Amino acid sequence: MDKLRLRFRKTGRAVYISHLDLMQTMQRAFFRAGYPLRYSEGFNPHPLISIALPLSVGAASECELMDFRLKEDTDLAALPARLTAALPEGIEVLEAYEFTRKASGLKWLRVRGLFEYDDRDAAAMAAALTAFYAQKQIVISKKTKRGQGETDIRPAIREFAFVAKGADVELEALISAQEPTLNPELLAEALRQLQPEIAPDFAKFTRIETYDADMQLFR
Amino acid sequence: MDKRLERILPRVQKPARYTGGEYNQIIKDKTQVDLRLAFCFPDTYEIGMSNLGLSILYHTMNSLDFVWCERVFAPWGDMYEEMKKAGVPLYALESGDPLSAFDSLAFSIGYEMAYTTVLDMLDMAGLPLRSADRPGLLPLVWAGGTAGVNAEPMAPFLDLFVIGEGEEVDNELLTLLREAKIQGWSKHDFLVKAAQIEGIYVPSLYEVRYHEDGTVASVTPTDGAPLKVTKRIITDLDAVPYPTAPIVPSTEIVHDRVSLELFRGCVRGCRFCQAGHVYRPIRAKKPETLIRQGIEALKNTGYQDVTLLSLSTSDYRPLAGLCDGLLEYCEPRSIGLSLPSLRADNFSMELMEKLQKVRKSGLTFAVEGGSQRLRDAINKNVTEEDLLHTCQIAFAGGWNSVKLYYMLGLPTETDEDIVGIAKMADQVLHCWRLYAKNKNRGVKITISTSCFIPKPHSPFQWEAQISIEEYLRRVNLLRSSITAKNVTYNWHDAETSLIEAVLSKGDRRVSAAIEEVWRQGGRLDAWSDYFSFSRWMNAFAACGIDPTFYANREIPTDEVLPWDHIDVGVRKAHLLHEREMAYSSALSPDCRHQCAACGAARLLKGGKCDG
Repeated sequence: MDKLRLRFRKTGRAVYISHLDLMQTMQRAFFRAGYPLRYSEGFNPHPLISIALPLSVGAASECELMDFRLKEDTDLAALPARLTAALPEGIEVLEAYEFTRKASGLKWLRVRGLFEYDDRDAAAMAAALTAFYAQKQIVISKKTKRGQGETDIRPAIREFAFVAKGADVELEALISAQEPTLNPELLAEALRQLQPEIAPDFAKFTRIETYDADMQLFR
Repeated sequence: MDKRLERILPRVQKPARYTGGEYNQIIKDKTQVDLRLAFCFPDTYEIGMSNLGLSILYHTMNSLDFVWCERVFAPWGDMYEEMKKAGVPLYALESGDPLSAFDSLAFSIGYEMAYTTVLDMLDMAGLPLRSADRPGLLPLVWAGGTAGVNAEPMAPFLDLFVIGEGEEVDNELLTLLREAKIQGWSKHDFLVKAAQIEGIYVPSLYEVRYHEDGTVASVTPTDGAPLKVTKRIITDLDAVPYPTAPIVPSTEIVHDRVSLELFRGCVRGCRFCQAGHVYRPIRAKKPETLIRQGIEALKNTGYQDVTLLSLSTSDYRPLAGLCDGLLEYCEPRSIGLSLPSLRADNFSMELMEKLQKVRKSGLTFAVEGGSQRLRDAINKNVTEEDLLHTCQIAFAGGWNSVKLYYMLGLPTETDEDIVGIAKMADQVLHCWRLYAKNKNRGVKITISTSCFIPKPHSPFQWEAQISIEEYLRRVNLLRSSITAKNVTYNWHDAETSLIEAVLSKGDRRVSAAIEEVWRQGGRLDAWSDYFSFSRWMNAFAACGIDPTFYANREIPTDEVLPWDHIDVGVRKAHLLHEREMAYSSALSPDCRHQCAACGAARLLKGGKCDG
């Protein structure tokens, strides 16, 4: 079976599994669950799997997508539960299906962020954060392949909302997934660079949902 | 997850090694167990998770329903700093609970250079380092592993040692500890009782006296502890539980594969080798058992590689049948089978040709000595003819790199032997010129030397290590003898070897230096990133310890050895005889040709030595 896609969550302790290690973990889980993956041909055969938009270490996700191929036909409805049982803590397969659109059609990501403040007023921070991100341009310096570069991250942010929650501030944003890719970590990094007085003491992010260019759910 | 930890983890290298949560980890309800055990490995996650002993004992100890055994590893430097800064104590991976929540800490100590890390982990757990400073029964701090064959340098820190194989005795100990905890015994009462279990060594129950010249005068047991502590072994390896569902790390480790243990012990009896003597008698697993366990483990882990473990793979009698049985399962599934520790003979080469995924790049030979006379003296049964013949097959078969390992400073070694190393490399090169299939790719011959370390319970235990200066003189002699440009020479530094010699042959007084090194920041000393020779030498000086007394002094055979009260099976008389044979460069037949009555077989209650 070709053109198969897996949608899965990666949360809890599993957020520290790196992209490469996750690929290895997935291969082993398929083997354990008794789903033989299809391998590439050639001198150094490797399983034909690919994960769209590698997640940074430490970030969680409710909506990861992985394309794969199987050697044999299988009941896709039974796959999520069986594969989840063969995966380490924190990785849960939500569905497996035959896909029609290539992963390059994924355009927008809904992300949630938690900005932790140890000793500041959360309501005031939420207001200041809202004002900061309302700016037309947010130019930060960023490491690129060619050394240090300047990037305006603002066009990659389509929607955002900051809400105080206890001592912390919760963010929900719609950001560009590809072309350009915006690592949500930069939403906290921008503050550290440009307005450190409202930068959080710690920030963590979760991907919530995937959309195409027309803001329809991407599957 | 601990909030402090959550903030630290994104900043450190490879955080997945600090989180637990791997597939096949064992989670129990902590309110439903009587004993919480922290199984501590005094090295990094990547090293510890590659250790088969840890995997075996994690499962055997967790097979007790009243015990929850969890894993603890030493953090790498960046994580260590972050934990110290944030005040995060050492914690166990399964539950994430700090070690203060545990009833007992069990260390697996496989090598001497891990000693400072043991102390560091005790400190990170918030415990006093010395057993005497931990008056309560709990947490009981104990250890097992090969270092136990001379546990003296660590004696003051640990409440007890398990000598030998742990599968049975660990569970006997935990059963007794449970009783003691429930009934509220004192630590002393518990230790006195524990010392009656065969294989348990309680250092505090042994009084050591010294002569004025610093040598050991006597070791006297008290409170009914046995005169000699006899190593425990498993008689029937087919019957003992084997972890067929080992933990599968979610991040890369050193040995990331299914490991099958063919046999314990070694038939060879190389005179410098500690492992070849302390793991006797020889007990093999049946190929049927190994094939069944291997397939089960592959299914339960999803690993794509399986490897065969033992001290000398070629000495496993049913090797061909085992490989056929495993390949039958592995080949159609593209699972690789690897065979380390093969001897340089025809059969091995044929076998290697047969195995898939063998990259034809490098062959490694542990030649050890540069002349036949020296190899006979150390009882290393490799002839130049064997080696060159194997090289011939290998070069003709497409291999193009050979590594030759030697030790410098072996007893009876002469300058002629050292020059012989270079000559042998030339012979290998000549062999390549004659037989190589494709000379365009060139050839790489690498010579590596390390400094011989005399080890307890080996025939060379009385020998002196050569000084660092002498080692360097021999290194330079070898360097100047190598002329061919295709031959590369790497030598390990002798500084680590000197410290290792002191620690492996040390007595209880050496403990002061280990503690001092730790106080000066020493930990993870097995890593060159962290090892500091000057820190060790300063610590010896500060503690009034002369390292040369332990490392560079030949011990008279009538002197009491610090480890004489530990009985590993092989008799001292056998070791002495083997040492004498070395001085006449006489070979001893291996166990298969003729049993030397080394004494280890008496540990087999009703079983038979497979030598």
